Amino acid sequence: MSGPLLRIENLQKRFGGLRATDGLDLEVWPGELHALIGPNGAGKSTAIGQITGEIAPDAGRILFGGHDITRLPAARRVRRGLSRSFQVVQLLDDATAEANAALAVQAAQGHSFRFWRDATRDESLLAPARALLARAGLPAARHAMPAAGLAAGERKQVELALALAASPRLLLLDEPMAGLGASESRAMTETLRGLKGQVAILLVEHDMEAVFALADRISVLVHGRVIAAGTPGAIRASPEVRAAYLSDEDGL
Amino acid sequence: MRDRILLLLLLLAAIALPWLAEAAGSPATTGLATRMAIYAIAAASLNLVLGYGGLVSFGHAAYFGLGGYAVGILYAHWRSGEAFLGLIPGSISLPVTLGAAMLAGGVSAAILGALSLRTRGVQFIMITLAFAQMLFFLFVSLKAYGGDEGLSIRRRGEFPGLDLRDAAQLYWLCLGILVLWLGLLRRVAHSRFGQVLAGARQSERRMAALGVAVYPYRLVAFILSGMGAALAGALMVNALRFVSPDMMHWSKSGELMIMVILGGLGTALGPVLGAVALVGLEYGLSGLTEHWQFILGPILLLVVMFARGGLMSLVRRLLPA
Amino acid sequence: MALLLEQCLNGVQLGVMLFLLAAGLTLVFGIMGVINLAHGSLYMIGAFAAAWVAARTGSSILALLAGLAAAAAAGMAMEYVVLRRLYARGHLDQVLATFGLILFFNQGMTLLFGRQPLFVDIPPWLGGAVEIIPGVPYPAYRLAIIAMGGLVAFGLWFLIQRTRTGMLVRAGATHRDMVRALGVDIRLLYTLVFGLGALLAGLAGVMAGPIFSVQVGMGEQILIQTFVVIVIGGIGSVRGAMAGALVVGLTDTLARAYLPAALRGVMQGPDADALAAGLASMGVYFLMAVVLLARPRGLFPAHA
Repeated sequence: MSGPLLRIENLQKRFGGLRATDGLDLEVWPGELHALIGPNGAGKSTAIGQITGEIAPDAGRILFGGHDITRLPAARRVRRGLSRSFQVVQLLDDATAEANAALAVQAAQGHSFRFWRDATRDESLLAPARALLARAGLPAARHAMPAAGLAAGERKQVELALALAASPRLLLLDEPMAGLGASESRAMTETLRGLKGQVAILLVEHDMEAVFALADRISVLVHGRVIAAGTPGAIRASPEVRAAYLSDEDGL
Repeated sequence: MRDRILLLLLLLAAIALPWLAEAAGSPATTGLATRMAIYAIAAASLNLVLGYGGLVSFGHAAYFGLGGYAVGILYAHWRSGEAFLGLIPGSISLPVTLGAAMLAGGVSAAILGALSLRTRGVQFIMITLAFAQMLFFLFVSLKAYGGDEGLSIRRRGEFPGLDLRDAAQLYWLCLGILVLWLGLLRRVAHSRFGQVLAGARQSERRMAALGVAVYPYRLVAFILSGMGAALAGALMVNALRFVSPDMMHWSKSGELMIMVILGGLGTALGPVLGAVALVGLEYGLSGLTEHWQFILGPILLLVVMFARGGLMSLVRRLLPA
Repeated sequence: MALLLEQCLNGVQLGVMLFLLAAGLTLVFGIMGVINLAHGSLYMIGAFAAAWVAARTGSSILALLAGLAAAAAAGMAMEYVVLRRLYARGHLDQVLATFGLILFFNQGMTLLFGRQPLFVDIPPWLGGAVEIIPGVPYPAYRLAIIAMGGLVAFGLWFLIQRTRTGMLVRAGATHRDMVRALGVDIRLLYTLVFGLGALLAGLAGVMAGPIFSVQVGMGEQILIQTFVVIVIGGIGSVRGAMAGALVVGLTDTLARAYLPAALRGVMQGPDADALAAGLASMGVYFLMAVVLLARPRGLFPAHA
């Protein structure tokens, strides 16, 4: 396949009188780390909701790997290879980090209508689960902790491990740095740098330092549409982007 | 290890119960214990959806009652010699009637579950309650099977090698089925299926992000659970030799839920403890006063408000894992 | 034609009773997030109090006041002692605790009044019939119930759409956490809403007295139908409660009126009547299933 991995065409979504997504166009190419940035209220969350399948768009198309997935339910998109992480971490809080990852491995292995064998002691689930957690940067000593007892940074790492379990072609990361301290942020940046090239990433992030350090290309979302797209250098020099961010700081 | 020995001792005591009751001069205790074992099967089945799956079904008495009516209807047709709907001959063979009960419970749970599981939270509670009430009214109106008067069953089912007219043998049969059913549910809870079910309880959104649509898993759990409740209902009708729409009454659904909560939500043995406790409590209170519900109500209230985790957490406090 | 009109009015009248219960229940759920099974008990308490006072004094005004006062008092006590502790709990705990309340209230009423149903006379000044169209008389009492339903619906609409309290109620139903976060005196709002719900349930109970018999268990029977109303209408929405109540009231009444005749065409008399009664009781649940298939969140979902 030579085209873009993810292609969004003229996406529209209104909530009452508010145009949250207003003609959004976006392309993510295989292997690239593409950052989607924009001031608060630009419509990033609505865009993510539509890409992942939690929000139904009013109009427009979403193509993934050349196939139209606009009306596909969220779970089916994941099985096609479009994994995501949540801004507000969504883990199974009663379960350990390892059990969380093991369930993700299990989900990636196909259906779970298996009623007899004990899944909680199944090495074919637990071994890959530990490997995933390690890949996401969680130290082995923390694998047996209940997810609810992990620190914010560790929870983000588990979240990343779960997203990786499906062997995705595209990873949609929704503010992986949000709520992290400076050192945790740096660790996450390094982890993402390690993932770069192995899988295409659409990174939605407020931490500009991380975005400009990691991204191959950046799209800037304002009022529900992309006003500029290009390399970090081009974005930094763009007068439209400056205007959007500066006016935002003035409080509109 | 210690837990296993304790469980084994408990099981031995349960097996010895009819002899102990006989020796203590209170043979009625065997009948009481039979009812406890049967309710334990129903409560353990409900626990699969309620405890592991987090689905608050307020309509499980419907499946309990359907199981009972499967036995009653097959008995009525066995007695009259006419086939049910002109197709299915009546029967009093227990393996046949129990199988029929589980089939009836499973099929109806599949239909009602498929509809109810489209809703969430409090709507799910209301809708399961409403559908159970619908079946209640259906059986109230079926005059051919006794209507609201119910149906007497003059002969207990026949089970190869057992004489179920003997209270002790009926008790052992129910105890045996309970142990088998608990073993099966435990396996299911630990299986891959059980992991998805528990995951769906904690976060449906997370499961979708893992690529799992939880609806079919919940539905299968609901069906299994309905089959278990129907099995219990079938045994109950054999024990009481009577079936009536009261088995499907909404308050019966409430009692089953209370057993699960009282014993310990989402634990393997909690529902058994809860069934023993609630049946015992009702028996004890009704011996004291006709208005025992006046006392039971506030007790339930106190349990819900102040005793988190149920009896199982009490056991765990005494015997740490 | 005259029969159809009469049955339709009966349906609307049942719908009014259901609306009075559903409006309170759905508001309490919408604002406090509590599912209160004992809502039906308030209806029963209102009915018993009114029946008892009516039998003692013969005054229907005093009976009405007594019914309302008893239901409101029981409701506030219920909120203060039990429900207040359950706001932060899950639905399961709420269901079980209020189930315990039902056992308590039902058995308490049995202790006080016995198992025999009480019968209440229609107030004499509402005793006659009114000719709604020439040749079709209809009981004045039932018309009064319908009028009362209209009045309450208008009052609720006014309260919710036109007053400051109503604004909080509306905001509370759609953005519960936000209203909490804004530091509104939420306790007072809760008590007000709960008291209002109890009052409406009591009113329904008082009005039900002369139509149905007043007995233990009457609360749960209507409560379950109220749940059907709420599922159909969409939870948390008063408009939905109104629509659902009318739909359920009409479906139930018309099915009961016309199914026996329809079934007698294909089977024998008594069997047909029994089956028809059963099927008619099931009718509203079928309706609920159909609505759910089309719109899982009901006709007018509040948390859209």
